[in-house]
Amino acid sequence: MKAAVLVFPGSNREGDVAQAIELVTGRRPQMVWHGDGDFEKVDLIVVPGGFSYGDYLRCGAMAAQSPVMAEVKKRAAQGVPVLGICNGFQIVTEAGLLPGTLMRNSHLKFVCADVHLRVETSQSLFTNRYQAGQVIKVPVAHAEGNYFADADTMKRLEDRGQIAFRYCGPDGSIVDGRGNPNGSSSNIAGVFNDTKTVLGLMPHPENAVEPMFGGTDGKALFEGMVEALS
Amino acid sequence: MTVAQEKNPPVKLPNEPAITPQIVAEHGLAPDEYERLLKIMGRDPTMVELGIFSAMWSEHCSYKSSKVWLKKLPTKAPWVIQGPGENAGVIDIGDGQAAIFKMESHNHPSYIEPYQGAATGVGGILRDVFTMGARPVANLNALRFGDPKHAKTRHLVSGVVAGIAGYGNCMGIPTVGGETNFHAAYNGNILVNAMTVGVAATDKIFYAAAAGIGNPMVYVGSKTGRDGIHGATMSSTEFNEDSESKRPTVQVGDPFVEKLLLEACLELMATDAIIAIQDMGAAGLTSSSFEMAAKGGLGLVMELDKVPMRETGMNPYELMLSESQERMLIVLKPGREDEARKIFEKWELDFAVIGHLTDTERMVLTWHGDVVGNIPIPPLVTEAPMYERPWTLTPPPPELDAATVPVPTDWKASLLTLMSCPDLASKAWIWHQYDHLIMGNTAIRPQGGDAALVRVPGAPKAASHKGLAMTSDCTPRYVQAHPETGGRQAVAEAWRNITAVGARPLAVTDNMNFGNPQKPEIMGQFAGAIMGMAEACTALDFPVVSGNVSLYNETEGRPILPTPTIGAVGVIDDIATSAGSRVSQSGLALVLIGETKGWLGQSIYLRELHGREEGAPPPVDLAVERRNGDFVRGEIVGRRVHACHDLSDGGLLVALAEMCLSGGTGACIKLPASDVAPHAYLYGEDQGRYLIATDDGPALVEAARKAGVPAVLLGYSGGPDISVDGLLTLPLQELRDAHESWLPGYMNSAA
Repeated sequence: MKAAVLVFPGSNREGDVAQAIELVTGRRPQMVWHGDGDFEKVDLIVVPGGFSYGDYLRCGAMAAQSPVMAEVKKRAAQGVPVLGICNGFQIVTEAGLLPGTLMRNSHLKFVCADVHLRVETSQSLFTNRYQAGQVIKVPVAHAEGNYFADADTMKRLEDRGQIAFRYCGPDGSIVDGRGNPNGSSSNIAGVFNDTKTVLGLMPHPENAVEPMFGGTDGKALFEGMVEALS
Repeated sequence: MTVAQEKNPPVKLPNEPAITPQIVAEHGLAPDEYERLLKIMGRDPTMVELGIFSAMWSEHCSYKSSKVWLKKLPTKAPWVIQGPGENAGVIDIGDGQAAIFKMESHNHPSYIEPYQGAATGVGGILRDVFTMGARPVANLNALRFGDPKHAKTRHLVSGVVAGIAGYGNCMGIPTVGGETNFHAAYNGNILVNAMTVGVAATDKIFYAAAAGIGNPMVYVGSKTGRDGIHGATMSSTEFNEDSESKRPTVQVGDPFVEKLLLEACLELMATDAIIAIQDMGAAGLTSSSFEMAAKGGLGLVMELDKVPMRETGMNPYELMLSESQERMLIVLKPGREDEARKIFEKWELDFAVIGHLTDTERMVLTWHGDVVGNIPIPPLVTEAPMYERPWTLTPPPPELDAATVPVPTDWKASLLTLMSCPDLASKAWIWHQYDHLIMGNTAIRPQGGDAALVRVPGAPKAASHKGLAMTSDCTPRYVQAHPETGGRQAVAEAWRNITAVGARPLAVTDNMNFGNPQKPEIMGQFAGAIMGMAEACTALDFPVVSGNVSLYNETEGRPILPTPTIGAVGVIDDIATSAGSRVSQSGLALVLIGETKGWLGQSIYLRELHGREEGAPPPVDLAVERRNGDFVRGEIVGRRVHACHDLSDGGLLVALAEMCLSGGTGACIKLPASDVAPHAYLYGEDQGRYLIATDDGPALVEAARKAGVPAVLLGYSGGPDISVDGLLTLPLQELRDAHESWLPGYMNSAA
């Protein structure tokens, strides 16, 4: 699997995701500077976490307008898979690749903590190594992860199976608010586009790939992509 | 080289006032200090020159009250690459790698404007570390706030924590550890001590000493604005009721720009274009340029009109004294300007050649071609005021008569009270706001062990993961009661915390927070603490490699508790051999290491349950400390320890409660037969002790006996309760609710 990781001014988890990809594929991904409109053909584009452009104006809003994102949109339209994590989720959402928006956490504070996620479907190139209903533990670290979409969009996401991950209790139960670190609608932690080739999620599977450094529950996401894209 | 003579006096700027005694006093210079200035200059200074002397001779920049004492600290060891005097200390951690670290206070600004004060404290210490060529790998912070009941405390906690989070999270550096305490003595002066640890190659460390006559001096980073003018001077006086009006002297931080500056500097450092580099911290362009030239034994010319400016109409005085953040000064090799400029332009940062080095040993400042300042550099350093201020040592307090300390009438309530008191309650509300996981190297997180443990990036890819352990420690009530003992204890506890995760303690950074040094009893606290620290650092081979002094932490005559915060770093060869403090399975033997005499003087038990802050603090026997610690470390790296926790505030029972809560498993212990009363055994704060959870209790006790270390098997982990035979049984859930609810409850309650 050949992967590219975008780097914007203010990105700061690009190294973490590159390390996770290297761990699984044995190959360092290509790091693509935001000012480069064009880059090598790849099997996967990753938009990493951080504070692109300081998250001034609105999270992800400025990065969504950068030259490299025009290229990402073009390739996404051709079916090239795109993974947006945290700030990357905010960016791809601002760029219109995913529905909905990410608002300030309901408690108004930054939150860094392990959370439990329920994998809602294994039917995607990102989640094929998980079982539907499986509970995994990965960290979140954000101040704006409160996913919101209007009622019609929410219904469409549900009907088409576009919800990838939900925050849940350790036993997989979804009780209102419990285990939800940011107040997101329907406990949503990650969503797909309608072809399931774009995934955006707030949690950081890249920080859960080694037993001594946060556990390994995130590793299957990368292994699943390798299997689907190699 | 000798100092060149001045040819013509500088020109006066339009509207420049004449220097009056009042203007001198407003610059914080004492009359005799102004006399020194006149002697050095041989004429009246201009305003910008006066401003420069004021900043350089401020307590904050000159250490004029503390220097004679700081010299008494041990600073050398075979693994020390750079001791105090540079931007940060540097130690060798093997494999061609160095750890670079320092702790620094931002107390006064954080009280005046908590969010920006704390944020720029983090920004400043990060720059101190990356200016030396290191990529920062972890942040810690030590915070002291006033009484929770004080009207300002909630606002200060909220602002300081958000400020630290806002800056560190955006920079992408994990904030992995620290401490937070509350005491009424900090009502008018909170403490915000921030520490950064970075990693560099031992052959790629950058220093501040300028070299090469004619070489260009380059300004990079943010533009200079009018913020933070006189920050260093403000931090060198006591607070009074007008202090809030000093808000404009607080700097405003932009972590996004600092992130760009970090990446740009590291990119430039990967080339060989840099001769010297210095960040602009306190006293901004003044101290950075001065230090570079002074350390290199050179002079310089700076064309101040070339400094990138944020606002129009700025003058040389403002440019030299602004403490605008996210700026660096670099001496480049000749001809490398274009290469460097390209890097900074890529990162969208300002880049300007603002001067060059000379052989005059003078700092010459020009403004649109006119000389506006001309100061001989060496005498400003060599003739700087240095005070041997009168000092009176705190007399040793009488030992507390243990018989006067009542036994708890309700044992359950006593543990609940301690575990939910402000100093011991869970600080999860704070550290969940800090990104402590970014970079993917955090092995021991907050509340997971006595020290934070972070994998060293870039170490050779062997099977093992080398780790850096770090902690920050001080028990101010001990220092207040007896500074020598308190200083000794702060160092010993830091050493113990590094040891308790299995790492070898290597070196220390100290952040000395005290009151007004012009009072003999305050200077005596400082002197006493230094004596104790020096003794402990020597006995434990734990040299001081960097540090910071913050004096005048007083408001209307009321000083803070003396707080010499110790930041410490250690190394472990393989993180797989480390130990956290979580008791996460049943059936583990619980073994107490070290001797228990039941010391209740200055204990948290005495203060929280009986409202008494009395007696002598627990004595620290450094030989015992070392013997016990070396034994414990050996057992941990020998993989015979499941979990380990040092005994500090609250003693044995609080340590056990913390281990059980973090691991989610109960425990049942029985006190051994002894002369010590049960409340003294359980809550006494004798030093040099650890509680260990292990698979094989008898084997550990036997190993300890062979090593001459006191050890006793107390009981086993398991079950839903914490119980002490015959005294209490407390459901873990009830304890957790009390422990975890205090801080969020306090922060969410109406002001």
